[in-house]
Amino acid sequence: MTDLSPARLERPSAVSFLGYTLGLVIVFWCLAGAGFSIDKVMSSPPRFADFASRAFPPNMDPQVLARLGWKMVETLQIAVAGAVIGVILSVPIALVAARGLIAGPAVNQIVRTLLGFIRAVPEIAWALVFVVAVGLGPFAGMLAIVVDTIGFCGRFFADDMEGTDKGPAESLTATGARKIDVVACATIPAAMPAFISTGLFALEKAVRSSTILGLVGAGGIGIELKVGFDLFDYPTAMTVILMIAVVVIAIEQLSGWARIRIIGDQQ
Amino acid sequence: MPTRAILSSTTSSVTDLDLIDPAARQARPVATGAHSALVSPVDIEAREVAKTFGDTAIFDGVSFRLARGEAVALVGANGAGKSTLLRCLMGLIPVSAGSVHLLGEETSAAQGTALRSLRAQVGLVSQKHNLVPRLSVLSNVVHGFLGKSPGLRHWSHMLAPDASRSAAMHALEKVGLADFATRRADRLSGGQSQRVAIARAIVSRPKVLFADEPCASLDPSAGEDVMELFFRLVKDEGVTVVFTSHNIEHALRFGDRILGLSNGKLQLDATAASLSPSDLRGLYD
Repeated sequence: MTDLSPARLERPSAVSFLGYTLGLVIVFWCLAGAGFSIDKVMSSPPRFADFASRAFPPNMDPQVLARLGWKMVETLQIAVAGAVIGVILSVPIALVAARGLIAGPAVNQIVRTLLGFIRAVPEIAWALVFVVAVGLGPFAGMLAIVVDTIGFCGRFFADDMEGTDKGPAESLTATGARKIDVVACATIPAAMPAFISTGLFALEKAVRSSTILGLVGAGGIGIELKVGFDLFDYPTAMTVILMIAVVVIAIEQLSGWARIRIIGDQQ
Repeated sequence: MPTRAILSSTTSSVTDLDLIDPAARQARPVATGAHSALVSPVDIEAREVAKTFGDTAIFDGVSFRLARGEAVALVGANGAGKSTLLRCLMGLIPVSAGSVHLLGEETSAAQGTALRSLRAQVGLVSQKHNLVPRLSVLSNVVHGFLGKSPGLRHWSHMLAPDASRSAAMHALEKVGLADFATRRADRLSGGQSQRVAIARAIVSRPKVLFADEPCASLDPSAGEDVMELFFRLVKDEGVTVVFTSHNIEHALRFGDRILGLSNGKLQLDATAASLSPSDLRGLYD
């Protein structure tokens, strides 16, 4: 009997073959640029074990724990203050960025491009800029978080509002309501669950970011990490790493719980 | 068989069925649909209205005049352009040709504040209720004042002036939902939601009400209740009503006049009393 089933593997066209080859070349080029070395990978476990042996047990001295604890509190203060202000400022910015709401296409595009620029610059770079602008300390870190949150939430809030059901807005428009009233009464309430979800993600992101802002003098526990490594005080550095991990995981759990409580309940 | 032919073949049951063809319309533009338009003020007038989306023509040459207090059913098959025509009449989407006059003003020429002032005299009830789900029933009804009194005070019932709150409660009372004022809109049944939408539409006492398949998303019993309630309320107020419906029985029962769209043309303009269900079925072929 003649086998009519198709070939298990289709022979790629010349263009596809060229594309796959080019892709592989680019990956190897990037690995070379990143200094990828099998030798270093193979030799790293003993070094890592050496670091672990010197870092464990972590420094549990009460005085150190108290100092790091206050630094962690400051880190959370930077994150929460920056995220809250950033989320609040994101709403009006998103209104202008969202297509078909209150601003024209040209303004939408300009604001979206600005938001893209904000996101393109990492928070650590914003922290450096604000350290120059307002000096060393947590305020510079908070400003960096604010800007980073605006870049994140501004874009997603705008997308959320564009994606809402247009029915309620149309019903209000049909009765002569102004655009701003329609947005306030129909669009924003409809997008609120998405705002809350995005806002909680922004808070998680802010907490993660705020732990490293201290590396550039923008406040928070990051400076303790840097000092620990600079002074080869690995037990203290390990304590900082563990504290960051615990706090970030706790915030993620809390955020997930809040998301279900607020949005799940409302749905 | 073309709709006109079908309708022509049913003249045994039609007394003053007014079939529209371009020649007849040009010869007697005011008399299309005749009736009370000749003696009452005209609330809505469409003159040779056409609408296209890109290269697709939805309808063209649509002309009619609707007198104050008339209840007009707009019927036709899916895709005939009923909802599009309704939106053109409200000025929600621009017409491609012709003009629409609403309460004496040309909606296609009105813009900004003038258009909003015009719309403030209009109410809309949609198929999907279109309530804001997360807000209370009372806030949704208070939103009905946004056209006539824009601003923060009508964003929520908590901020609304006493008169507005009282009027909103009165409207809810009329639709039998005063006890649901503080309930969230997304916790209502379909029939209750549509009744709240009706309360929102009538709360600011509009002169013209548009209803786009108001009971299409409801079960037959709830749909019947909603239509009865809607027309009882608006008839009391002498409001002009234009509603679209796939339900031939509803169209004939609640409409004083029937406009039928088919094949991109206004194929039928007649009093409901002069028609039987079989007269309308041709529009759906």
